[in-house]
Amino acid sequence: MTMASKAFSPAVALPADWRDFIALTKPRVLSLVVFTGLCGVLAAPGSINPILGFTAVLCIALGAGAAGALNQWYEADLDALMRRTANRPLPAGRMDRQSALHFGVGLAGFSVILMGLAVNLLSAVLLLASILFYVLIYTVWLKRRTPQNIVIGGAAGAFPVLIGWAAVTGGIDLLPVLMFVLVFLWTPPHFWALSLFINSDYAKAGVPMMSVVAGPRATRLQVLLYTIPMMVAAIAPWPLGLTGQVYGIGAVVLSAIFLLLAIRVGVSSEADPAKMRAERQLFAWSILYLFGMFGLLVADRALFA
Amino acid sequence: MTQLTPEELAEIRRRQRSRSLAMALGLGALVILFYLISIAKML
Repeated sequence: MTMASKAFSPAVALPADWRDFIALTKPRVLSLVVFTGLCGVLAAPGSINPILGFTAVLCIALGAGAAGALNQWYEADLDALMRRTANRPLPAGRMDRQSALHFGVGLAGFSVILMGLAVNLLSAVLLLASILFYVLIYTVWLKRRTPQNIVIGGAAGAFPVLIGWAAVTGGIDLLPVLMFVLVFLWTPPHFWALSLFINSDYAKAGVPMMSVVAGPRATRLQVLLYTIPMMVAAIAPWPLGLTGQVYGIGAVVLSAIFLLLAIRVGVSSEADPAKMRAERQLFAWSILYLFGMFGLLVADRALFA
Repeated sequence: MTQLTPEELAEIRRRQRSRSLAMALGLGALVILFYLISIAKML
């Protein structure tokens, strides 16, 4: 809560602070989305006017922020039950739901229209698809119904690289599709590592995460099983001749570290969340890994394209 | 009607001011962006 709202309990609802609107967009998630979108723009062949490239990345950020706001609008009841999310603007009572809905819908519409008018139609369509996928398929449909929620929902987070690429080229090629698959397959080990050490939060909120429904042992195995095709997708652009050695060798090294950490999670039988060091390390590494992979892609294209 | 305390009223005014300022800055940035996009599309 902000200091001001902590100081007293008002008899009337206070208007939300502007910082709460920023919090509604999930800024930390946004950083990865913006980075992968930017890498899509930078790695694509051809060129784009820097202003239009900036606009494309801005629209990706605004669209992702809108999806985050609509997710929080729909999940306020769940967020209130989980320690990790209880202090978000809606469950903490710092904002009314209608403001969040209007903000999310307005931002989504604005980002898609601006993308369509300033950049191109394909990137606008992909942006709209990613917002709808995250809000309707993941948030509304899957999240509360199946432990496969983040497997299928992972596609929503994989869109930005396609959008960035489409913004420059007006089309889609094999390389951004492989990077899309990489993010898609990266999502389960990333989230399931997290869910292992905050399992009680998900169980309390009734979210059917893999660790809640199938238990930690099955989740550990699934983390390991998803890591292998993820590595294949990560390294594939090199033997397929889509990237050079910088990306290829870097992808092998980063993926090998990911695999080692996933094996440690896979063979662990630690039951105390406070002692789950391997799970926390995999979760932390998975974030660095994705930044690293996309950074390598851009570096490689800059050197060899 | 609920009676507001001076602290509540001051907090509401502070938030309204900061939101108006954020909105103004956002709109100003958009004006500049639209101008630059117009130039870029003409090139």
